[in-house]
Amino acid sequence: MSKELIRLSDCTMAFDDEIVLDNLNLYIKDEEFLTLLGPSGCGKTTTLRIIGGFLVPTKGDVFFDGVRINDVPPHKRKVNTVFQKYALVPHLNVYDNVAFGLRLVKPKIDKKEIDQRVREMLEVVSLKGFEHRAVSSLSGGQQQRVAIARALVNRPKVLLLDEPLGALDLRLRKDMQQELKRIQQQMGITFIYVTHDQEEALAMSDTVVVMNEGIIQQIGSPEDIYNEPKNAFVADFIGESNIVDGIMRADGVVEIFGKKFECLDSGFEKDEPVDVVIRPEDVDIVDTRAGQLIGLVTSVTFKGMNYDIIVDFKGFKWLIQTSDFCPAGSKIGIHIVPDGFHVMKKSKYSGLYGDYSSYSDEYEELSDADEAEEGSEDEK
Amino acid sequence: MRDKKSRVPGRIFLALIYIFLYAPIIVLLIFSFNSTNSRTVWSGFSLRWYEKLFNDDMVINALYTTISVSILAAIIATVFGTFAAIGIFNLRRRWQSPVLTLNNIPLMNADIVTGVSLCLLFVASGTILGFGLGFITLLLAHISFNVPYVILSVMPKLKQLDNNLVDAAQDLGCTWLQAFFKVVVPEIKPGIVNGALIAFTMSIDDFIISYFTAGSGTQTLSMVIFSMTRKRVTPEINAVSSLMFVFVLILLIIINIRSSVQDKKLRAKPA
Repeated sequence: MSKELIRLSDCTMAFDDEIVLDNLNLYIKDEEFLTLLGPSGCGKTTTLRIIGGFLVPTKGDVFFDGVRINDVPPHKRKVNTVFQKYALVPHLNVYDNVAFGLRLVKPKIDKKEIDQRVREMLEVVSLKGFEHRAVSSLSGGQQQRVAIARALVNRPKVLLLDEPLGALDLRLRKDMQQELKRIQQQMGITFIYVTHDQEEALAMSDTVVVMNEGIIQQIGSPEDIYNEPKNAFVADFIGESNIVDGIMRADGVVEIFGKKFECLDSGFEKDEPVDVVIRPEDVDIVDTRAGQLIGLVTSVTFKGMNYDIIVDFKGFKWLIQTSDFCPAGSKIGIHIVPDGFHVMKKSKYSGLYGDYSSYSDEYEELSDADEAEEGSEDEK
Repeated sequence: MRDKKSRVPGRIFLALIYIFLYAPIIVLLIFSFNSTNSRTVWSGFSLRWYEKLFNDDMVINALYTTISVSILAAIIATVFGTFAAIGIFNLRRRWQSPVLTLNNIPLMNADIVTGVSLCLLFVASGTILGFGLGFITLLLAHISFNVPYVILSVMPKLKQLDNNLVDAAQDLGCTWLQAFFKVVVPEIKPGIVNGALIAFTMSIDDFIISYFTAGSGTQTLSMVIFSMTRKRVTPEINAVSSLMFVFVLILLIIINIRSSVQDKKLRAKPA
């Protein structure tokens, strides 16, 4: 688990002077489940295609097991890819699709072994009995599993997955997440997974790499990324966050809205301006008299497990998740424990995120639509 | 709901149009079996004109020329056109449509203009390089007007292709060339075959461009028919024309059946 397998060193990728990847440095360990996470156009697919060998970086080097592989074509890399829309060969049936790679190996693998490996792999992806079905007759989830089997049957060292669950519905996506994690552990190989879905990334990965505008924003375990975001972009992209301007008065003391709060962060200069993240679930609603801050509830949305309420504090709108019902128009007090604050250095993303003034349920749908449009741009 | 009566005039009109379109050809077909020289009076069924036709060396030679030119031109144009289509498809998007428009202009251009210009080109380069009009120039001309049809027929198939398919094949161990033959060609094969059939039909059909590029020693079937009409009109012409008509008709039927079968297959596929 500890051995380094792939290293991208100072990789820059530009298409027509448009920089898609900017001086990327990244290493990937053996048997790791690593996720490249970011909004569309952030360079995650480009990074994957560089590792797969479909793109050569304009500048910088790619190492595989310590060997520079910039100029090694895809068919000579010990890497296989599961493509976004599966890219199964339409005129071949399930069996022949899975056997496709094995039949190309030189020296030739003997027929019996191919047969055995194909059947074994179809069993791994739970598609036993589908051997002679036409791929066009399969459902999205089944096609996806054929694509995974087709890649894994070649026993690659690394499997690259480019938003493989993007076309599936929510239920199936959750099942396939578990399935993928199981397959990865069973096969004991490295998975590099590209997605824009932060929930997926947190649920499956050992390591998450958050990217934006061709730059790595943060690398860390899912817990690190969620609990200790490095800047406002990461805080906003991973989960919901209220991000407010603050001043670090001393180690363990942060001031927001002109009030001092106890927190656990330290290592800032005295009176340094900072961004403060407060997760919606870390806010306790209390009586107005006991509240550290007092705000006005402006809207309430029932979410099943909890209510999403938007609370106005001196013109700044917070999202708070609570199981207590607070009607719109009521005044509430809030209390935040020291653990609930996360203080970050100012970055170029400061002030761009973390305000819920225009919050609505449509938000997510809008960003999904963007994603679909961007897909094609990502490729060229 | 529309009245049944109101459809009758429409149907009569349609029938008239089709009679107008096909009556000449049907008359031609019928009189090719006439037993006498007359082209207006039916005097009995016979195959004598067909017999005469197949004993006519000039006609047989022309038939041979036509078929060999058409087959060769179709094959060569299909290869060129397929690769050209792939090239155009891989161009940057802003170049694609101007290049396709350039491809379409020869299709709409008057045959006589294409014919004369090719003739001038061949004569001019022939005087420099020392060759005359003949079978080769005829073949070159046919290839040049066939290529655009092949491109037009292959392009849509390329557009239907999953753009990750070649990547996937290479990822699984194919070189680019292997990926092309194992994955791309089987997928666009219907377009290639249709393109070849259309090219073949166009070659068989062509008169004007052939007339200008074949020179004096080489004659295609349509050129022979034309020269026959200038001398003396015999039912032999009916026979040749009928054969050509039936042959082209069969080809067109094959093309249409193929494309409708493909459409059905495409629609049967779940999205």
